[in-house]
Amino acid sequence: MVDTNDKIMLAHGGGGQLSSDLIKKYVLPNLGNDTLNQLGDSAVLELDSGSICFTTDGYVVKPLFFNGGDIGKLAVCGTMNDLAVAGARPVALSLSLIIETGLELAILEKILKSIGETAKQNNIDIVTGDTKTVEAGSADKIFITTAGVGERVGGVELGLNKIASGDKIIVSGTLGDHGMTIISKRKGISFESELKSDCASLWPLIEQLLVGGGVRFMRDATRGGVAATLNEIASSTGMDIEICEDKLPINPAVQVAADMLGFDVLNIANEGKFIAVVSHGCAERCLEICKNHPLGQEAAIIGEVGEVSKSALVELVTKIGGRRVVQLPYGRELPRIC
Amino acid sequence: MLERVKKAQKMMLAACDKLGRVINIMEVCGTHTVSIFRNGIRSMLPGGIKLLSGPGCPVCVTDQGYIDNVLQLAGRDDFIIATYGDMIRVPGNGGSLESCNGSENVRVVLSSEDALVLAKENPGKEVVFVAVGFETTAPASAVAVKEAYEQGVGNFSILSGHKLAVPAMGVILSAKNDKIDAFLCPGHVSAITGYGAFDTIVEEFGRPCVVAGFEALQIVEALAEICRQLIEGKPAVKSMYAAVVTEKGNVIAQKVMAECFDVADGWWRGLGNIAKSTLKLKGKYSRFDAFKKFNIEEIPGKDITGCQCGQVLCGLIEPNECALFGRSCRPETPVGPCMVSSEGACSAWYKYGGK
Repeated sequence: MVDTNDKIMLAHGGGGQLSSDLIKKYVLPNLGNDTLNQLGDSAVLELDSGSICFTTDGYVVKPLFFNGGDIGKLAVCGTMNDLAVAGARPVALSLSLIIETGLELAILEKILKSIGETAKQNNIDIVTGDTKTVEAGSADKIFITTAGVGERVGGVELGLNKIASGDKIIVSGTLGDHGMTIISKRKGISFESELKSDCASLWPLIEQLLVGGGVRFMRDATRGGVAATLNEIASSTGMDIEICEDKLPINPAVQVAADMLGFDVLNIANEGKFIAVVSHGCAERCLEICKNHPLGQEAAIIGEVGEVSKSALVELVTKIGGRRVVQLPYGRELPRIC
Repeated sequence: MLERVKKAQKMMLAACDKLGRVINIMEVCGTHTVSIFRNGIRSMLPGGIKLLSGPGCPVCVTDQGYIDNVLQLAGRDDFIIATYGDMIRVPGNGGSLESCNGSENVRVVLSSEDALVLAKENPGKEVVFVAVGFETTAPASAVAVKEAYEQGVGNFSILSGHKLAVPAMGVILSAKNDKIDAFLCPGHVSAITGYGAFDTIVEEFGRPCVVAGFEALQIVEALAEICRQLIEGKPAVKSMYAAVVTEKGNVIAQKVMAECFDVADGWWRGLGNIAKSTLKLKGKYSRFDAFKKFNIEEIPGKDITGCQCGQVLCGLIEPNECALFGRSCRPETPVGPCMVSSEGACSAWYKYGGK
């Protein structure tokens, strides 16, 4: 379906079905190898001196500044989170800037200050970087790419292949805050709200969770939201997943905004939330660890992994007792969300 | 809550037993369509109850010709088209507004009031508001026109595509699909019109009309109420949405509509020309009527090849029975309006897997 009109559409970057099709049809056939093919948040590299995690991510969010964060904070936290959910302690970041001619230096400085502050708060250094400028119109103000390396926590092995029937699914807090904040700020939608992005580095909480044990797999539920992550788990493991609507932590303001604008919160991006699949026996303890940490106070066990099945569906049991399929979002929910 | 759900389900089963055939219930509100899918209500109904998504989404019933009229204006210099976001991707015969989206000529607004503000902020431009929707949005369009009239905002006008829900329900029953046993009536529209507006459907066609809000439980109980009426053979109008919907409705909103609009015949996508079903600005406000102000001729659109949105809207087929559904017609590349609108039957069907 990538070739719907032979051109890249915004939705190809939406983290849903179209993104997945693009990677499988164009990226992997040209570049695939054992490490890349796993399509993890980070690549795990086995070196003689030990194993490290390596990741990279581009940031094109529009607008650049929003309640709860900005493109700079996002570029630090997002890449740190990709390392953290792979079970790695973030060690260092690179920073690459593509700047459109005409961007005010004051804006650039504000973004750099934010990057610096966020890095400092999270005890990580930007150790290398690059700056490029392009003609006006060839980029939209500023695009940022960060890469990160991390050190794997000893004894921790996370992966889709570790997931088993009966495992519980934990989300670390309220859903959809980042995505609904961005859309409400977009030009043309004068939607007054108290929404605030959840943009944050999750490593401090994830570190405690990994030490506690019982975690099989983690992913930060960014583009495509919880729906995309759970569908990835279902299709990769071949197992059904069932989640309960009345267990989903959702900020009421986010729900109202999503209802008003016709979005399903399950499809909306988060920038400071992870999904953890944990063993049945450790679930309550993992939840406890989350709830005792400032980053996970609203955490909840939202469902569980079912049996292997042909359809490998994600199903939601609604508050009223109905059931419906939670589909992999197609892609167009929200472009340029991070 | 679950007790009430069980009680409702029991009533529905009883109706299936009593009638011994499929019971077709049509909802005529896009928000109901989405709520039914989102809450998994279809999975809770007995096999004998079939829900059909009727012409309840204003985007879906907007004729192709109207979209072409909007496109015509969007292409003119010094024009700003102010539109609800849902209309951007709706295809007419000459394309959609998407091709000009992001340009200075097309702006997404959340209300008619925002469009009027745009006009005041851009005195050098003609600002045309794409005024679509049922009785829910028509009063707001009327208010904006009245304000523009009173404040003398000369560069503001509306292209009225407003429609009335009840005439369409009558046309479906009389000309398109007489298999519909009852209507789940829209909460928002009824809040304006009052539930008394559905009396004619009960009187003329003998079909139950039950108004519900958007909470899952209320929808389920409204379906049970329909079943109760069918068992007893006594169709009636009933509102389950008592907190919001009264018999007479919002009299102030009705008054402002009556003050600004005349009821006229008009084109609906998939349903054709329906008598006394659309709203046109009265003569007093003709200088705010974009059709008159810019000499736009209303020509009905041509059907899009292969698209069966019309049959979907009449409850004659389900979305996945259309040959284009899920193939060339998908959320990213919608062919018909029922896939474009987030409240369209095809979009909801696709998004929630048709369950």
